[in-house]
Amino acid sequence: MSAHFRHLLYVMRENPVTFFSFVLFFLLMALGLFGPWLAPYDPLASDTANALRPPSWAHPFGTDNLGRDVFSRVITATRLDLAISVAAVSLSFVAGSAAGVCAGYFGGVTDKLIGRLTDTIMAFPLFVLAMGIVSALGNTIENIVYTTAVINFPFYARVARAEANSRREAGFVEAARLSGNGHGRILLFHMGPNIMPPMMVQISLNMGYAILNAAGLSFIGLGVRPPTPEWGIMVAEGAKFIVSGEWWLAIFPGAALMLAVLCFNLLGDGLRDLIDPRMRT
Amino acid sequence: MKSDSLFLIGRRLLQAAPVVMGIIVVTFILTRALPGDPAVFFAGPAADEKSIAEIRASLGLDKSWPEQFWVYLQNLSRGDLGKSISTGQPVMEELATRLPASLELTLMGLFLAVAIAIPLGMLAATRPNSLVDHLCRLVVTIGVSLPTFFTGLFLVYIFYFLLGLSPAPLGRLSIIHIAPDHVTGFYLIDSLIAGDFEVFRAALYQMILPASTLAIFALAPLARMTRAAMLGVLSSDFVRTARASGLSRKTILWVYAFQNAILPVLTTLGMVFSFLLGANVLVEKVFAWPGIGSFAIEALIASDYAAVQGFVLAMALMYVLLNLAIDILYTVVDPRIGLEG
Amino acid sequence: MNRDVSDNKQFKRRDFLKIGAGAAAGAGLLPLLKYLPAEAAAGRDTLVVVIGNGPNSMDIHRKGTNRPSYQVAVNIYDRLVTYGRKKLPDGNVMYDYRKIEPELAESWSFAPDGMSVTFKIRKDARFHDGKPVTAHDVKWSFDRAVSLGGFPAVQMKAGSLIKPEQFVALDKYTFKINFIRKSKLTLPDLGVPVPLIINSVAAKAKATKSDPWATEYLHKNPQGGGAFKLGRWKPGQQTVYIRNDEWKSGPLPGVKRVIVREVASASTRRALLLRGDADVSLDLPPKDTKELTSNKKLKIAGVPIENCIHAVGLNLNFKPFADVRVRQAMAYAMPYEKIFKAAAYERGLPLWGAKSADPAGTLWPQPFPYDTDTDKAKGLLKEAGYAKGFKVTLSFNLGLAYWTEPTALLIQEGLGKVGIEAKLDKIPGSGWRTKALVEKKLPMHLKNFGGWLNYPEYYFFWAYQPKRLFNSMNYDNPKLNKLVDETLHMPVGSPGYADNVKAFIKIAFEDVPLIPLWQPYLDVAMQKDVAGYEYWFHRQLDVRPFKKLPKKA
Repeated sequence: MSAHFRHLLYVMRENPVTFFSFVLFFLLMALGLFGPWLAPYDPLASDTANALRPPSWAHPFGTDNLGRDVFSRVITATRLDLAISVAAVSLSFVAGSAAGVCAGYFGGVTDKLIGRLTDTIMAFPLFVLAMGIVSALGNTIENIVYTTAVINFPFYARVARAEANSRREAGFVEAARLSGNGHGRILLFHMGPNIMPPMMVQISLNMGYAILNAAGLSFIGLGVRPPTPEWGIMVAEGAKFIVSGEWWLAIFPGAALMLAVLCFNLLGDGLRDLIDPRMRT
Repeated sequence: MKSDSLFLIGRRLLQAAPVVMGIIVVTFILTRALPGDPAVFFAGPAADEKSIAEIRASLGLDKSWPEQFWVYLQNLSRGDLGKSISTGQPVMEELATRLPASLELTLMGLFLAVAIAIPLGMLAATRPNSLVDHLCRLVVTIGVSLPTFFTGLFLVYIFYFLLGLSPAPLGRLSIIHIAPDHVTGFYLIDSLIAGDFEVFRAALYQMILPASTLAIFALAPLARMTRAAMLGVLSSDFVRTARASGLSRKTILWVYAFQNAILPVLTTLGMVFSFLLGANVLVEKVFAWPGIGSFAIEALIASDYAAVQGFVLAMALMYVLLNLAIDILYTVVDPRIGLEG
Repeated sequence: MNRDVSDNKQFKRRDFLKIGAGAAAGAGLLPLLKYLPAEAAAGRDTLVVVIGNGPNSMDIHRKGTNRPSYQVAVNIYDRLVTYGRKKLPDGNVMYDYRKIEPELAESWSFAPDGMSVTFKIRKDARFHDGKPVTAHDVKWSFDRAVSLGGFPAVQMKAGSLIKPEQFVALDKYTFKINFIRKSKLTLPDLGVPVPLIINSVAAKAKATKSDPWATEYLHKNPQGGGAFKLGRWKPGQQTVYIRNDEWKSGPLPGVKRVIVREVASASTRRALLLRGDADVSLDLPPKDTKELTSNKKLKIAGVPIENCIHAVGLNLNFKPFADVRVRQAMAYAMPYEKIFKAAAYERGLPLWGAKSADPAGTLWPQPFPYDTDTDKAKGLLKEAGYAKGFKVTLSFNLGLAYWTEPTALLIQEGLGKVGIEAKLDKIPGSGWRTKALVEKKLPMHLKNFGGWLNYPEYYFFWAYQPKRLFNSMNYDNPKLNKLVDETLHMPVGSPGYADNVKAFIKIAFEDVPLIPLWQPYLDVAMQKDVAGYEYWFHRQLDVRPFKKLPKKA
């Protein structure tokens, strides 16, 4: 354990960028957990007498077209954005790794079927597929989560399949099998923990991608519903006000969005370093 | 060995067949599940039940799904993708005119990304874990963390609206220019064929901002792959040998290391290309680019089945073909690589 | 593959290149002059217009033709009649729905029994290909409008024009319409974009057995005789009109060439206008209008859209709304002022706060006798047994998000204050018609119906009578139905007309299935040197009256 910790410290010292990403990550988590209590105003309360005010002491990020406080909205949005990406990524992680491990472990027809399924999904440009699914199912938060999960599914399935395949004949699996464990137990308790590290990297990178994906959907009008504060929709809405000079509507949620995605991307890199320093790219 | 390669290529082609079938089915189901009744949408603002029913019949939407699918397959085998109802043109024709626009933009974006990312990656690889390395990593990661539509809008605001340095975001050519005669559909090439440098220049100006938006998004994977591949090669035995035999740093870097690192970068290029095609949808919307992405958004909003189907199908098939091409290229270039896995 | 649908000879590529070369040469000199303003680049004879959405067909009779395509019908085709124009006190010019004027018809006369009208067609009128316009072309075009089904047929029907037998070409220049009933709407209906006159010879040459009305051909190749010819049409990108110098049906247009460029994003349109790259911008959101009014470089022309209301629809099939007290409570719960400020940016006429419960004359739309009054709303809800409120879904059209979204958000907040919990439901433009107008299943929704023909009874016919397309509220009041039926074909001045109109407006006041918010403006922004803009009921671009003023030295 302490060896792990020393390695962590080493990576942090060697790599200030990773350190920065860890700090950012804790900040995001704090905002996600305590955001609603930290926001100075009700993020939904309109005040048309004070609409479109530039940043000031009272409203550090200004107010939007309905007079709502942009700062409060950006802070409150953290929870929803994180929730969407966490939910989507967990779903695709669970489904993807289960399918992938089965494919890698059993091989044969199972492998072929799951392989074709992932190939088919991968054959679509992912954002295009997401657009199609959300507009077919309707743009609710649940559907955005499902869609994001579907398009991320193949990544997990592939990584899990490769990992499981290479361990199928490994000693520890053979030992488990000989000591009378069923396939279910072997997959869950013996394969599972072993494929976790590479999956962690994928999770972190996908978190960022999930946020971007939701924001892109919002931009073309297929995202989260109003008045719910969400970064992507705030940028998309705010974009309409840039030319008329009300830049604060788009910039602040945009910066928050960028920082969150950046954080997960850097974190993914950092985790990769932790797990296997030689893999660093 | 040659027949081996052919055999492998044939097998790879066969492997692609079920995927193509899957794509066709998924596309069909997806478009039928779209909300809104196209018949109602196209009946116009004051239509009544009867005229809506007439339109539904004329679109073939009164038939059952399996029937519609069968008709769709038959048409597809004749290369007929149906007619887009919102633009009134055959979908095949729409795709044929719009695809070059999207491809030209995407390739330009890719070209810019490669031109920046490869030197950046090499720079980072020669000085691993230095300040330069970290900075490179941070910059390219920021690039991939920005939503493309956000980047695009800001570039437009700064370079067109505030500074007036770039032309208006109005697609492939400004209002006063006329498209060159159609040869390849790529304006940059067509204008050169026509010997029309003004149009070439106009088309190039028009492309700078959207292509940069795409490039910013594509830097990260390319720069990182270059860095990783270079690091791997630089620590290999033959580079060490080359260094020991007193070859200059420059020669080692460009002749030995880079040429060996290029293969994984090429693979990444294929992945990045498909990734950009997806991102292109949003960029086209921002820059009013008359490509297939903006076409698809419109079609999706209008529940224009034929158009959505055609678009998604074209995108997916292109990706399958691209991967096939890369795989085949690999077998030809490096016969040690099998087509498994 | 050349997708340009029609290349006009007058449209010389070389001319364009010269202009382009000039602009680019200038651009080389100074980095800050990489492009020149449209006026300098495109010349005084060319008008550059930016719009949000462009035509998807050159044929208004075709199935699936969108609203922006009506501009093609207006600019490339003529009708038998057009409307007069009137100058408003603020200097804007708009069409006058009470004055019908000749276009292709020189004159017309009604039969003594009032059951038919005979038109004399002007003998000097020519189609773009040089063929004279005859009564046979008119007959063929009208037959086509009532035979192809869909929207054109319904619009013709509003003017009591339903079957080809009604249309008779008496001789080469005389055309007669037999009426099925006397209606004041028949003649005005001939001035809307639908009954346009097509070159029947050119069209019939391309007709086939399966396509007797040449829909395939006319879809891409307009065959009209209007003030402009089609220069080029790139669907989804731009439409170029070239002036028809032989046009006889009206004063020759002031500009030789009009480039209509489609720019989906409203803020890009604003940027193009501010930077001088476009002469005219249509589809201006109210916020832009408000802010650009103070801009010294630009002119704004805004006219309230006749017979049009931005309103909240309450579906009577939703249980609470079946009770008139609940509907009235809703009308008292609306935060009118806030909405007018934040969604309409005050570009409109308020439709709330009337002092009297009796209509002030036959004017429509007019303010309803409601105002924001939370206590009154709560009282009415209590009376109706909804003291604790209820839950409702408020739907709005995403395609009109610029006003529907802020309005919906403010209504949601306002309803919260009287205990009603509203869930917002954005519906993409494509799904809107089906859900709101055809299925009529949305409990509470924002709507913006506007009638082409400017009569209150025409509005009520579409929006208040049961089963009509725009009655998305499932409202059905026998008394009102009877009144509207009586009034619909009655001439405006006739005895009983005013009383009838006031009576059905009063019912609308009391029953409030529709809660009007404001009457919107149609706003157009243009450079200072552009003149001649006119507001027309069809709300599409009519480029004929535009001109460019000479440049000041």
